[in-house]
Amino acid sequence: MSQKVKMPERDPQVRKRDFKQVNIGYCQDEMLREAKRCLQCKNPMCCRGCPVEIDIPVFIKHLAENNPDKAMKVLKEKNNLSAVCGRVCPQENQCEKFCILAKNSESISIGNLERYAADVTAKNNDDSTIIERNGIKIAVVGSGPAGLTCGGDLLKMGYDVTVYESLHDTGGVLRYGIPEFRLPKAVLDIEINNLKKLGMKIILNTLIGRIKTIKELFDDGYKAIFVAVGAGLPVFPRIEGENFNRIYCSNEFLVRVNLMHSFDFPEYDTPVYKGRNVVVIGGGNTAMDSARTAMRLGAESVRLIYRRTENEMPARKEERMHAKEEGVEFIPLTNPVKFIGDERKFVKAVECVKMELGETDDSGRKRANIINGSNYTIETDMVILALGLYPNPILPLLTKGLNTDKQGYLIIDDNYMTSIPGIFAGGDIVGGDTVIEAMGMGKKAARAIANYFNNNNI
Amino acid sequence: MYKIVSKKEISSKIKSYEIYAPEIAKNAKAGQFIMFRIDDRGERVPLTIAGTNPERGLVRIIFQEVGKSTMHLASLCEGDFIKDFAGPLGHPTKIKKYGTVVAVAGGVGTAEVLPVIKELKKVENKIITIVGARCKDLIILEDELKQESDLLLFATNDGTCGIKGFVTDALKDIINKEIVDVVYAIGPVQMMRAVAELTREKHIETIVSLNPIMLDGTGMCGACRVTVDGKTKFACVDGPEFDAHSVHWEELISRLELFKDFEKISIDKFKYYQECQCRKK
Repeated sequence: MSQKVKMPERDPQVRKRDFKQVNIGYCQDEMLREAKRCLQCKNPMCCRGCPVEIDIPVFIKHLAENNPDKAMKVLKEKNNLSAVCGRVCPQENQCEKFCILAKNSESISIGNLERYAADVTAKNNDDSTIIERNGIKIAVVGSGPAGLTCGGDLLKMGYDVTVYESLHDTGGVLRYGIPEFRLPKAVLDIEINNLKKLGMKIILNTLIGRIKTIKELFDDGYKAIFVAVGAGLPVFPRIEGENFNRIYCSNEFLVRVNLMHSFDFPEYDTPVYKGRNVVVIGGGNTAMDSARTAMRLGAESVRLIYRRTENEMPARKEERMHAKEEGVEFIPLTNPVKFIGDERKFVKAVECVKMELGETDDSGRKRANIINGSNYTIETDMVILALGLYPNPILPLLTKGLNTDKQGYLIIDDNYMTSIPGIFAGGDIVGGDTVIEAMGMGKKAARAIANYFNNNNI
Repeated sequence: MYKIVSKKEISSKIKSYEIYAPEIAKNAKAGQFIMFRIDDRGERVPLTIAGTNPERGLVRIIFQEVGKSTMHLASLCEGDFIKDFAGPLGHPTKIKKYGTVVAVAGGVGTAEVLPVIKELKKVENKIITIVGARCKDLIILEDELKQESDLLLFATNDGTCGIKGFVTDALKDIINKEIVDVVYAIGPVQMMRAVAELTREKHIETIVSLNPIMLDGTGMCGACRVTVDGKTKFACVDGPEFDAHSVHWEELISRLELFKDFEKISIDKFKYYQECQCRKK
């Protein structure tokens, strides 16, 4: 059986010093070879792994016939952000995991094919399909993956959709979080422009809750509201010295670089410290993004500390591989216990402790236990904490009757509706984890909102 | 885009702008702030709101030229536009009847204290305002402050207006003379810290409006974290006002040092390229 066509990548020694895309994308020949590997199963397992329900064998069939336009049409029926998904979805845990080929050899590279279809059709994208408008106004709060997906689907059903964004630019985590070398902003702009062409209105610089309450949105004539305000405040390790200077949260570091272009300071006004010997703490995709970004800002060394082993890291295998190829050094089974600062309170070292894996805990992962007396220090001039985020607290705090759980996530029912009728929610604010999960929730919420209108004769 | 509807120079380095932002003007409350970004290359800068005119849709900001962005903003003219203007952000000041309120302001904090005392006066507090400045020429908004205060005092370093000395000297006098129910301080961090130290001894409730480095200002990045009562708080969503006696001042002061070197590079570059952008001259 034929092997999977490898995604061409740029040389790690070159790419680790610039922000251009790491994965080059298939050429036509590579695409055809890969698409033709698909067995076109009668009962395709892959589709079950797709949170946005793409008809995978059909779009691959069109590609195998070298008809990317038709393939794109199939993708678009379900997915408003194919160029994004083709790049950042963890397909290995979703569609590709279920591919029948994976049993005996390698699964089809569904993500790479999706990206090909989206990229080659991007230029001649024609969304001339005229959708009949039903005049019902819906507000979406947050322009990240959940909000854009929900809004896009509702537009296609004929609703009048307005998206409110608190920052000065669209895309949420797709813009401020995911670095250019994984998801170029130009690609994101094309996707969002397509949604605008469909009729999506996006209002920037508007923090719902503060500038107006959810109730006032209803007063403005919106009949339903989808809350997708995303993740919020960063998690801190709560250890001594964590507020020393040059200890950044991954969110701050990535926002500075991705959203504010601080890598190009002073051409852009926002500064960022470019660490020489950087320590990143965490094992998720954000930790990888932070480590690889620090490398691109010119670091001599980037060390990534994680308390379990690499096997337990939540980051995608591809991201881990890429990081290591670019020279990021992984230090597993290690945890920080304190930060040491200089006389000006700038960080100069991290004191760590060695860990060992014990029995499996409630989360299904092996517990990491401290090895007493194994403390040692790592010298550093910059630390990036990538330990996760709490849900954004502002909107729940300012909306009476909007119930959250103990951790601050919005509580929703099976129909994605919150404790207030007409207010739905999805994405990180209800406990999503990845871009595609957020998109999946956005999609299902859109359907739930439509049902809500039908059932209530609105 | 947000229009600069009016521009006034209220002292040599301090400007007062009114920005057309009707939604913000309608909803902003005393003590809240906005984030502005001048253009596509600009940084996001927080500024406390100095007043609003909801009827005309105007938000007033008063700022001192201290860094590149405020210098750039100061170089703009009436009729010009800035790219982004988001707000209101942060918790509003708690407005209630305390009794006697002493409002202590320094530098550009003088502008920011104005809407706060206005609201506190409406609910029948006695307002004693103490304004600190290096010299008489740097005192701003004297008439407006007078209108909202039952007593207005000044402290200048050179004694050209009010007492010669610091705001804390004037505050000490007041505390010795009468019962003070709450102190509200806004201004340079060293001033707020000194006020906090003084009132701590006297057990007088003291509120400060903090100004740490911010990035998004919407509760996302953790840049503005401050330690309050031993816990990490975020000035943008938990603040900007905190109990002055619980703030870890030393840490706040050290964190404000983070980008000092960068700020200088930015200012030098700006000055080098600066041209007068005033089309109305």
